[in-house]
Amino acid sequence: MATLTLPRIRPAALYVWRRNILVWRKLLVPAMLMNFGEPVLYLLGMGYGLGHFVGDMAGMPYLAFLASGIIASSAMTTASFEGMYSVFTRMVPQKTYEAILATPLDVDDIVAGEMLWCATKALFSGVAILAVATVLGVVQGWQSLWVIPVVFLVGLCFAGPAMIMSSLAASYDFFSYYFVLVVTPMFILCGVFYPVDTLPDVLQGAVQVLPLTHAVHLTRGLVAGAELTQPLLHLAVLMIYALVSYLIAAILVRRKLMI
Amino acid sequence: MQATATRQPDAPIVAARALTKRFGDYCAVDGIDFSIEPGKCFGFLGPNGAGKTTTLRMTMGLTPVSDGELTVFGLPVQQHAAAIRGRTGIVPQADNLDPDFTVEENLAVYASFFGLSGADIDTRIDRLLDFVSLGERRKAKPDALSGGMQRRLTIARALINEPELVVLDEPTTGLDPQARHVIWGRLTELKSHGKTLLLTTHYMEEAERLCDELVIMDHGRILAQGSPLELIARHVETDVIEMRGQGDAMQALATGSGCRLEQMGNSLYCYTHNPAPLIEQLKDRHELRFVHRPTGLEDVFLRLTGRELRD
Repeated sequence: MATLTLPRIRPAALYVWRRNILVWRKLLVPAMLMNFGEPVLYLLGMGYGLGHFVGDMAGMPYLAFLASGIIASSAMTTASFEGMYSVFTRMVPQKTYEAILATPLDVDDIVAGEMLWCATKALFSGVAILAVATVLGVVQGWQSLWVIPVVFLVGLCFAGPAMIMSSLAASYDFFSYYFVLVVTPMFILCGVFYPVDTLPDVLQGAVQVLPLTHAVHLTRGLVAGAELTQPLLHLAVLMIYALVSYLIAAILVRRKLMI
Repeated sequence: MQATATRQPDAPIVAARALTKRFGDYCAVDGIDFSIEPGKCFGFLGPNGAGKTTTLRMTMGLTPVSDGELTVFGLPVQQHAAAIRGRTGIVPQADNLDPDFTVEENLAVYASFFGLSGADIDTRIDRLLDFVSLGERRKAKPDALSGGMQRRLTIARALINEPELVVLDEPTTGLDPQARHVIWGRLTELKSHGKTLLLTTHYMEEAERLCDELVIMDHGRILAQGSPLELIARHVETDVIEMRGQGDAMQALATGSGCRLEQMGNSLYCYTHNPAPLIEQLKDRHELRFVHRPTGLEDVFLRLTGRELRD
């Protein structure tokens, strides 16, 4: 298999996805605690604490604003963590991919299966936050369930870049750069905590190319009922990030494993 | 299926011609030819860095071939890697069992990668666990198993798809003698079931016991090929007398004996077809200790690959 041929997406990727969900099931209690615990803390702490002073933001209670943004940012961090720390563990110290490659599966199946799995974990976290937000009374009706497939797409869109990092990393330390330089700035700048149109003009243009900005537009529209003027544009940006990062990740992981 | 139809019953399972692997300027495998007959155990013997593992990885389509031809089951590896791996069992050099799964889950999940599941596979797992004597430990995690048990589980895992060819990269490296004997017993049994075995090793005893045919590799080339007995007959004398003691006295005695001499550490090896005269002389020299034995694969190996240290 040449390094530069176009990756294929096959149903065999689901075997890799299934392996991961079987492991996840064994660690269900701590996983659930993470999924629910963190958003509850954020929403209660910041939503009520900060919301008390902020009042409304962009025409909605601050708690609703924050909850709908956290759904997107949590999908980002969940997929990024899984695509870096867990994928790297399976790729290097644990040699899980070496074992998988001794079967008819190939690197493309592994990369596609892992991205699906990262997106699945992002979806779990999104559903957990949606449930918490519903209990807190800040979710606008049944149409907010559409956020579930959106969160899956957000997961895919961040899983790819994370796997690219894994394929380039020599050790876990490398991931700190990505978190400090990419994930955290998006978390702060892309409209999770305040509307992006309050940013200086220069930054406003810059954040438009970042995927989390588009993810937040979608989740806020679907969950909190904010006006959604360009849903197709937002979806397209997320899809392009997911697809392009998949192609790059597949080629880089091949280079790392098929030597 | 197309995959089975292309190979004649006694055609080689693996055939390589001028097989080459380059990493940049470094040539890891330098134009080697070999062919592996069905039902045989074929060994690659060589020091570290000889190109054994690279050859195995090319055979399984896990690393691209730089040059030459390579077929497995009559199929060109480059285009049919997945089909070939579907009919092969692979035991890697280092165990890569899934630490999160129990012994039986390791087998079941691995089966799923071949698209295998269901009641048939459950009985196959029971049978394989019996075969490697791990039936009692089926609920244990790999970390709770000894090195020998982990290796046996890895072998059972490689058999989950009922492969025709089993590829083993240094199957007993790092195991204690008891565990090695158990593995050798299982591999001999596999051969008696008609499986073709392909293994790499740097243990002479292992190669001598298991392999019907072997190649000695070094620096990416094949130095010699044949059955263990053929190699011994072709490359070394019938007997060796190994002497230990004071250097000059040993040297003086040996030089007059007409034997071919090899120094290694503080031992002197005297190779000869007629050991009786030297043994007669050594009986009176109590200050020199000696061992007389028939030559083996180790002598062939050392003669062909030299005695310098490898890392």
